[in-house]
Amino acid sequence: MDDFLQYLFSGLTRGAVFAIVGVGFAMIYNASKVINFAQGEFVMIGGMSVVFLTAQLGLPLLAAIPCAIVATAAVGCLLQRLAIDRVRNASPVTLIIITIGISILLRGLAEIAMGKRDYALPPFSGESQMTVFGASINPQSLWVIASLLLLMLFLKLFFDKTKYGKAMRATAQNPMAAQIVGINTRFILLLSFGLSAALGAMAGILTAPITLTRYDIGVMLGLKGFCAAILGGLGNPLGAVSGGVLLGVLEALASGYLSSAYQDAVAFVIILIVLSVRPEGLFTAQGAERV
Amino acid sequence: MSSPVARKRRVDPGLLLLAAILLALPLILPNRFYYDLSVKLMINAIVCIGLNLLIGYAGQISLGHAAFFALGGYASALLAERLGFPSLLALVCSAALVGLLAYLVARPILRLKGNYLAMATLGFGIIVSILVNQELWLSGGPDGKPVQAFSLFSFSISKVEHWYFIVALALLAAVWLALNLINSAFGRALRALHSSETAAAAMAIDIAATKARVFVVSAIFAAVAGSLFAYAERFITPGEAGFIRSIELVTMVVLGGMASIYGAVVGAGVLTLLGQALANFSEYKHVILGAILVTVMVFMPLGLVPTLRHMFKGAVAK
Repeated sequence: MDDFLQYLFSGLTRGAVFAIVGVGFAMIYNASKVINFAQGEFVMIGGMSVVFLTAQLGLPLLAAIPCAIVATAAVGCLLQRLAIDRVRNASPVTLIIITIGISILLRGLAEIAMGKRDYALPPFSGESQMTVFGASINPQSLWVIASLLLLMLFLKLFFDKTKYGKAMRATAQNPMAAQIVGINTRFILLLSFGLSAALGAMAGILTAPITLTRYDIGVMLGLKGFCAAILGGLGNPLGAVSGGVLLGVLEALASGYLSSAYQDAVAFVIILIVLSVRPEGLFTAQGAERV
Repeated sequence: MSSPVARKRRVDPGLLLLAAILLALPLILPNRFYYDLSVKLMINAIVCIGLNLLIGYAGQISLGHAAFFALGGYASALLAERLGFPSLLALVCSAALVGLLAYLVARPILRLKGNYLAMATLGFGIIVSILVNQELWLSGGPDGKPVQAFSLFSFSISKVEHWYFIVALALLAAVWLALNLINSAFGRALRALHSSETAAAAMAIDIAATKARVFVVSAIFAAVAGSLFAYAERFITPGEAGFIRSIELVTMVVLGGMASIYGAVVGAGVLTLLGQALANFSEYKHVILGAILVTVMVFMPLGLVPTLRHMFKGAVAK
């Protein structure tokens, strides 16, 4: 039982990270129908920028975090303007290849700037482990899970109450109609890339004290975030959250009880099964045209 | 215009040109290193020709083709080593096994389109890559696996100069096969499928079967190339199955030109040589690879060979 709780907590923490990355995928997909394979690189840039700002420039952690999030959001906006915006109406295959190219490019730049070594960030609130029902919890895990909950609240308010959130939903539903009622869809696209990059950066910063960060950490995180988004039904941000948490927990249980060597395979086995049986995702109403 | 019947009989001029180049190349290759580089280049070209049938002609994506390449190599090596198969038989059987696997994978996932297909092939590739890394008893794990020398009628072929000619022949065969395939009813079905699945279905083309068939064909091209690679290098590592390797293969196809057989050869050539030229600046390799991929897709979405062909035709027309 203690083991189970331990795996569950570890799974929730991982899952929260996949969920945040997955929401980023869903947001960009909604606004532009682009699957952004560079999403994982936002995670890496977030973590690495904080490392750079604190270690190299001597900024305090509290100042470095917002700077890193803003910087990553800027990278997301640049990506949209310099690449995606130039190939409107391109086929999904073309768009996939472009975003893969961008992810390789960003990873390469990070490799040149920071080398191939691992970097650690200090935990936000101390190292001491807490014990709950016999399972020890890293306080950083609580930061991760709390951030996910806050993020969900923020997204709910953003999409339901604010002008930009509503405009984003309208654009996702029908870009042409959105333009007719006066929504600047080009700006909405830019906004979705910026926001989604900021989310990725957040995930990267939150998780860096637990998993360390390095130039290629985004590859697996990005792919698993993509799994989370598809599990939840592409283009459904809250579905992506459920998908991510489910994936994280299953992965932790599988690596605890079955084999840790195959923990990275869990997400992909699940996704292959889901895609063959129910490609529209687990958390969407059936019948929506997804395939 | 010549009639279609007459065109069928004529050997493609590009094929003759390629044969001439491959035959003349050894005259200027200074040492074994360059022979080895040429062998790798041609092996990449064979994979890309198959992959281009899938991506360029049929419009389906695969982000996991390195898995078929590596499985072909490992299967050949294992059949020869553990079961004592003669080399050539091991190569043929490994290609058949990989083809069968591709068929089993294809049926459920090729119903998917675009982004979902990308995810499914990517997931398949990563699972294979993890398996190859973890199953030490079978694959030798991350350190790689030595491969027995290729032997034919009790002659053992291990010299790289000999491999050059074997792989060159295989490349010419691959080009010839692909050209024939493209100009057959099957090739026309592929292109119809690419432009509109609904219209193709209305013309009585069996969409699911056609997609599965092209997927299997492209997997077999990769498997045969993987076997040749394993035999020529006498060694194979899990890196050959990796996600990055799959992306590299897609990059070659895209750079050379979608829906162009010679484009696949050119793309494989350019990127293989570039990779070698950048070997001493390995930290810049990824930046340059990524930059090429993005620039080509944004500014030259057709790829090198089709773009140059259009420019050439335009110049002649003027």
